[in-house]
Amino acid sequence: MSETDSHTLDTVILDTATRLFADLSTSETINAAEKGEWPSALWQAIEASGLHLTWVPEECGGAGAGMLDGFAVLKAAGAAALPVPLAETLLAGWLLAQAGLEVPEGPLTIARGEHRITNGAVTGVALAVPHARSARQIVALARDGARVLVVAVPASACVLTPDRNLAGEPWDSVDFNGAMATLSAAAPAGLDADSLDAMGALVRVNQAAGALGTALELAIQYAGEREQFGRPIGKFQAIQHMIADLAGEAAAVNAAADAAAEAVAATGTVDADAWVEIATAKVRLGQAASVGPAIAHQVHGAMGFTYEHRLHHFTRRAWAWRDEFGNETVWARRLGDAVLGWGADQLWHRITAVTDK
Amino acid sequence: MSSSRFRFPRVTMPDAARALRQEVREFLAAERASGGFVPMADCWASGFSAEFSRKLGQRGWLGMTWPRQYGGHERSFLERYVVTEEMLAAGAPVMAHWIADRQSGTQMLRHASAEVKNRALPRMAAGQTFCAIGMSEPNTGSDLASVRTRADKVAGGWKVNGRKIWSTGAHGEGCDYMISLVRTAPADEKARHQGLSQLIIDLKAPGVTVRGIEDIGGQVHFNETLFEDVFVPESHLLGKEGHGWSLVVGELALERSGPERFLSSFIALREAMQVLAANPDDRTREVLGHLVARIKTLRRMSLGIAGLLQEGKSPETEAALVKDMATRFERELIEQLRVVLPEAVLLSSSGVLPRLMREAILRVPSSTLRGGTNEVLKGMIVRQLGLR
Repeated sequence: MSETDSHTLDTVILDTATRLFADLSTSETINAAEKGEWPSALWQAIEASGLHLTWVPEECGGAGAGMLDGFAVLKAAGAAALPVPLAETLLAGWLLAQAGLEVPEGPLTIARGEHRITNGAVTGVALAVPHARSARQIVALARDGARVLVVAVPASACVLTPDRNLAGEPWDSVDFNGAMATLSAAAPAGLDADSLDAMGALVRVNQAAGALGTALELAIQYAGEREQFGRPIGKFQAIQHMIADLAGEAAAVNAAADAAAEAVAATGTVDADAWVEIATAKVRLGQAASVGPAIAHQVHGAMGFTYEHRLHHFTRRAWAWRDEFGNETVWARRLGDAVLGWGADQLWHRITAVTDK
Repeated sequence: MSSSRFRFPRVTMPDAARALRQEVREFLAAERASGGFVPMADCWASGFSAEFSRKLGQRGWLGMTWPRQYGGHERSFLERYVVTEEMLAAGAPVMAHWIADRQSGTQMLRHASAEVKNRALPRMAAGQTFCAIGMSEPNTGSDLASVRTRADKVAGGWKVNGRKIWSTGAHGEGCDYMISLVRTAPADEKARHQGLSQLIIDLKAPGVTVRGIEDIGGQVHFNETLFEDVFVPESHLLGKEGHGWSLVVGELALERSGPERFLSSFIALREAMQVLAANPDDRTREVLGHLVARIKTLRRMSLGIAGLLQEGKSPETEAALVKDMATRFERELIEQLRVVLPEAVLLSSSGVLPRLMREAILRVPSSTLRGGTNEVLKGMIVRQLGLR
């Protein structure tokens, strides 16, 4: 009842990812990555396992695994604060595959928005492109007159202005500056900058759900170990209740992430129903990623405020991801608009429709 | 690294549940149109209509999961979920049967004598007899094991003395039974959970006095029930004598897991949308988006619990977690609506929406109290997390 065939998870993929991340996404690696050192061993292991091709069908050179496998991998990636563009490579692979393009080698990333392409030359500027400096190719949507194309441009041919997000990860500005696309094909109907943003938002929700899960585990562990006034601080009701709230926020964002992932997996695209689920999940993340890290830090005291402690690997990422691809204000207004469009009489019908297909 | 401690499986409504939803919606639309009910906020705890409950009984929408032998309909947990959530979303007057249908009947089905089951359950499923909860006492709230109501063994049963309080609906027409947690053996401070039993007390028996208590809005929904030498026959014991604690924990799981924990005031949102749609600004859009996102996520989690129940699991901690979060949301829902609704709605007492808003505001303090305070629920959550 709770799972249908199209929603079956391949536990082998998730197990592989979880083990690989636990072994190679260590605190040292994450800190070194923030200092600018590319974690080549980690990325090579990911490529060797094929995890980066989870969302690419076999005919586009991919693994042909399910959408849900990819979302599960993203949660695991967030839970491990993975310091490489696996999420971006998955998203870029999905976008290329939507246009039937074969996915090129190496780490990839996504530039948001709609750019321009004229005789193969791409122009436009995108801000905060994740891991742009580490990516082999930057994948984007570009308009050629009335046509919208999916394009890939070598990162080395673009003008990058380095910047970083709250988690200290590369978040560079990209000026395509007339660079020639190495790949281009028409985007399918319905795929536009908005649906790409929605897919990006869902990627971030899943990563953040993982990160908040780890922040919860760290808080539980610390509260059980740290002693004050002669007992572990987790024995104090004030601390217990904060951790219960953190557990609730983590559970809620996980549930919202799953609902949206399932809606996308049902068609492999962002249709109108999936869009509502994604909007819901990104709004819910906005709350969880504000309340949750605040609690995790409060529980950890000054210790968790140090760079040395690894809590910030997860809290800073959650803070970065809640704002990316539209924060909760942006998505709540969009969702509110949709809700007004349903009208009072259809409100409840639309809420129940998700389980009644 | 575990990324999610609590599992809320995806639930897809089976064909039967979807067809049922259509049927329920048609029924509710016809009832509302014909004046069969006016929508109420917090309808499951304040909308009493024995007549409406009997109509649901006639349609087979009470005791839905119980065996046919006892007047039930042998339908799934999910079908029952559909009926309850549709009732709540419409603000229908479902208070009369709510306790019997949600917990007392199921508790009797699991633990009562054949005689009681044969006598009481068919009438409950027909909406002809109702139940009240007998847990809290004047000196016993969150610390339930401290109950003092005593049951002393006499020939053929027990003699009960004590008081129960906050028993929603106990004074109502047709409310015949109260499953009461009582001491059948003296309290031992080292083993507080022992010596407790659950007895079904006939509220029409000699020695029972039910006195209504006004709430802050001046309404009488709950009450105090006094037992003075009330005779309770042996056949009215649930389970075994002295096993009351584990029974009451099971009953609380039934009490905590349903959609009434986040849909109590949904009807106010539904009605408010009519007004808000007239001139929506960004703030209104934002509020609506936030509220719908919260409701959709809570429904997913709440249904996940129904799914776990259907799998035969006992998701007590999940139910505590969802109830804690859902009831806090009920408070937020009404506050968020308040700040975007026009003054004319808030300052008026006439019309459906102004009435619903007032009902909801005055009822909402009980959301985070009834069925276990949120502080008690958080205690359950952290016990599961290994901190207690």
